[in-house]
Amino acid sequence: MSAPASTPGLVDYDEVVERFDPVLGIEVHVELNTNTKMFCGCPTDFGAEPNTQVCPVCLGLPGALPVVNRAAVESAIRIGLALNCSIAPWGRFARKNYFYPDMPKNFQTSQYDEPIAVNGWLDVELDDGEVVRVEIERAHMEEDTGKSLHVGGATGRIHGAEYSLLDYNRAGVPLIEIVTKMIPGTRERAPEVARAYVTALRDLLRSLGVSDVRMDQGSMRADVNLSLSPRDSGVLGTRTETKNVNSLRSVERAVRYEMTRQAGVLLDGGPVVQETRHFEEASGTTRPGRRKETAEDYRYFPEPDLVPIAPSQEWVEELRGTLPELPWERRKRVKAEWDLSDEELRDLVNAGALDLIAATVAEGAPSGEARSWWVSYLAQQANTRGVELAALPISPADVARVIELVASGELTNKLARQVVDGVLAGEGAPDDVVKARGLAVVSDDGALITAVDEALAGQPDVAQKIRDGKVQAAGAIVGAVMKATKGQADAKRVRELVLERVNA
Amino acid sequence: MSSDALTGSSMNSELTRLTAAELAQKIHSREVSAVEVTQAHLDRIAAVDDRDEGVHAFLHVDASAALSAAALVDESLDAGTAPASPLAGVPLALKDVLTTSDMPTTVGSKILEGWRPPYDATVTARLRAAGIPILGKTNMDEFAMGSSTEYSAYGVTRNPWDLRRIPGGSGGGSAAALAAFEAPLAIGTDTGGSIRQPAAMTGTVGVKPTYGAVSRFGLVACASSLDQAGPCARTVLDTALLHEVIAGHDPMDSTSIDAPVPDVVEAARRGASGDLRGLRVGVVRELSGEGYQPGVRSTFEAALRQLEALGAELVEVSTPHFRYALAAYYLILPSEVSSNLARFDAMRYGLRVENGATSAEEVMALTREAGFGPEVKRRIILGTYALSSGYYDAYYGQAQKVRTLISRDFAAAFEQADVLVSPTAPTTAFPIGDKVDDPLAMYLNDLATIPTNLAGTTAMSVPSGLAPEDGLPTGLQIMAPALGEAVMYRVAAAYEAARDAEDGGPLIQRVPGLEVSA
Ligand SMILES: [Zn+2]
Repeated sequence: MSAPASTPGLVDYDEVVERFDPVLGIEVHVELNTNTKMFCGCPTDFGAEPNTQVCPVCLGLPGALPVVNRAAVESAIRIGLALNCSIAPWGRFARKNYFYPDMPKNFQTSQYDEPIAVNGWLDVELDDGEVVRVEIERAHMEEDTGKSLHVGGATGRIHGAEYSLLDYNRAGVPLIEIVTKMIPGTRERAPEVARAYVTALRDLLRSLGVSDVRMDQGSMRADVNLSLSPRDSGVLGTRTETKNVNSLRSVERAVRYEMTRQAGVLLDGGPVVQETRHFEEASGTTRPGRRKETAEDYRYFPEPDLVPIAPSQEWVEELRGTLPELPWERRKRVKAEWDLSDEELRDLVNAGALDLIAATVAEGAPSGEARSWWVSYLAQQANTRGVELAALPISPADVARVIELVASGELTNKLARQVVDGVLAGEGAPDDVVKARGLAVVSDDGALITAVDEALAGQPDVAQKIRDGKVQAAGAIVGAVMKATKGQADAKRVRELVLERVNA
Repeated sequence: MSSDALTGSSMNSELTRLTAAELAQKIHSREVSAVEVTQAHLDRIAAVDDRDEGVHAFLHVDASAALSAAALVDESLDAGTAPASPLAGVPLALKDVLTTSDMPTTVGSKILEGWRPPYDATVTARLRAAGIPILGKTNMDEFAMGSSTEYSAYGVTRNPWDLRRIPGGSGGGSAAALAAFEAPLAIGTDTGGSIRQPAAMTGTVGVKPTYGAVSRFGLVACASSLDQAGPCARTVLDTALLHEVIAGHDPMDSTSIDAPVPDVVEAARRGASGDLRGLRVGVVRELSGEGYQPGVRSTFEAALRQLEALGAELVEVSTPHFRYALAAYYLILPSEVSSNLARFDAMRYGLRVENGATSAEEVMALTREAGFGPEVKRRIILGTYALSSGYYDAYYGQAQKVRTLISRDFAAAFEQADVLVSPTAPTTAFPIGDKVDDPLAMYLNDLATIPTNLAGTTAMSVPSGLAPEDGLPTGLQIMAPALGEAVMYRVAAAYEAARDAEDGGPLIQRVPGLEVSA
């Protein structure tokens, strides 16, 4: 360590884990995909014209009152159950009071000390198959804020802006905040555990169908808390909270960066400042948020405009009955059904392919073909485009249809890839692409026979060889026919016809 | 009598002296038109409601909206359609705290000057659906904080009994409009007595329904857990008729009660023609003597004798925790106020003061500084303090415990008595300017009315005569358990009938003439 005293440098990662134990904590905000907002009937669609999805309630107009969205409570309870939490039989919303222009009432309605779900856990599998149990402290409901757009100024931040525009479409969209307990003992794997946890949570929420879980669109946002304890001391360090962590990769990078940064501060003799920091995607670093002159006092008190949420035992059990096959259950089942090794299963999981394959199988495709499509051709396409497999604009149903068309002989493998290309290019469903691009296999024997006869006539010496019993010579004729039909013929059928017609 | 026998204006002044029930009967039998009735009241408003010298009950009068609503009622009756409600065609004065999509809603505050809400409050919508023309919006203490209307940003309302005096508050405008015969019906809101105390001070009737009985959707909040809109009129029956129009479950208000509305009209009719035998009336020891003006005490004692004469059994009840009610109220109310009023930040509606501000924070601060009056600021500061970290348990937390104890006191008292009674306010109407600089003296006005708001139960004020020493009206408060409005109206109607009989007519008819002399 030779960093100057004024600005402690980063510490080599190996040294960090040699000298410190990282303690993680992760808060994830998830926007629910309910049709309407948390406390009013406004739609929640992403990307609408600014301030078109608003009403007196979510604009906080004088006199307007909130009414809890039952669908949001159902989602919250289902999330709690899937995270093995207890569901609170009674709880109130609270008001979190602070002034900010994108918050219409200047308080956020949120469950504060009476969350709907508490004390659960999520088992998280790391790349090498090790399973870490992350304990969940709570999951609670709240409402999202609007969005501010700061115009003018260099940074796009409020500071230095000439004016700001406000869009309240997002104000009041239901959010669930899921908070872990402290996650100790992850050592050098802390960044990986953090990413694996957020990944597992995302997969879980996706399988529940409660959220779009798009980190790039902000429907899932992670805040990473981290502190360092001197190795094996058990003494907790001061933690920082890093916000603006907008991808799975960033979760990992943010933890790693904070470990090296905090270690630098500590080894330099300085205290880690308890603060909110922002992750900078481009540099992979974190910077402190604007320091507030006064400590924020949110003056929480129970929301008097709402009655307590009191889910009955029967309702909770009814919702438990609606839980789908959860990701880890699905893995166990798929592993047995597809006869996969641990390693094969892990590869599929890591590639983000497992759920897609399972969904494709559910659409009627054989598991082998489904796997093959997702882990080879589609994985390549995702890689080329730099997106996750699940973000490709093709559905498991589309893939299943392509597989069906190949099995029925209507497409060759080569044509099938062209159909998939068409789907990915936004040309429609597989059948639309087949029709529009004219990709159907030439299965009309009449047309093929003409082509075969022409090819045989064009290469009489080859035809003679075949007649003499050198069947492998047929390949040249098949090739010529395939060329003549621009690859749209079924090669197997062409070969049969060649052998048939050569003696005709 | 033929209409030729009367000039238009004397016919009009006849109409304004009638009760709502009488007006409804005349309109529905087509003896007069709803338009004539509305016009009569608009004329009366024009004659007596001058801002600088008159009653000044109204902040905004919308003659054309009221007349066209009345015309619709007439058209519908002419077509042979049954009246939309028993009060169809009878005009009303609406407290300026309920939103109206066709009129401004200011809540008596500069911060909402000229604000036109894009939506109707549920109460407003129910009035419209009932065919009740809305004459305009009435004055009030800013954000319903006050007991005199002196904290209105738009000037004080004067008491029709004596224009040098306050009409009570916060709903002084609605009460004064009734007492000045500018409207036969009015809507008030009651957070700590804002319907009942003005009713007492103007010789009118006002009901604070059970919390949740009337929707708060569109009621600009003062304190959410205490606010309740209610009916005001000059007679118990009129109040009951209006009660049935505005009460009932509203899915837009989560705290609204999903239960049938008590049949208060039937109760009022039964009370007026019957006695109170078999009924136990509890006299609240803690609310029946100390600190009251002599005339308030003597009229209260006369009322007790009248109730006894009607056959009621008087029992003394004790509510030991009521003594903490005022303190608890002035912690809970400001706490909720500090949060409810945070939204007035100049970002979306209402007043906006920039004055060279360079940040949103500054605009918010400058606007709130300029837009809120002294009482509102006082309560925002109190509430912000009471909720702040480290003080929450000692203040808000303790106050909530007191609230529970007060509810228990009520429950115990209602074991012993069907209704409870007390004087509504400790004094008669005081002179304008008397208490405006002494908040604590002002707060004491609500000593007897606040416990009901804290407990979420129901209570009303009915006129109980004039205090001998100043000739000003006093009120009898009748309190009942949650959803116990029927028995409350019955007692009130019986008492009203007995008192009117003894006095030789309704007290309100003795209000002095108010027309500015020609
Ligand atoms: Zn809305």
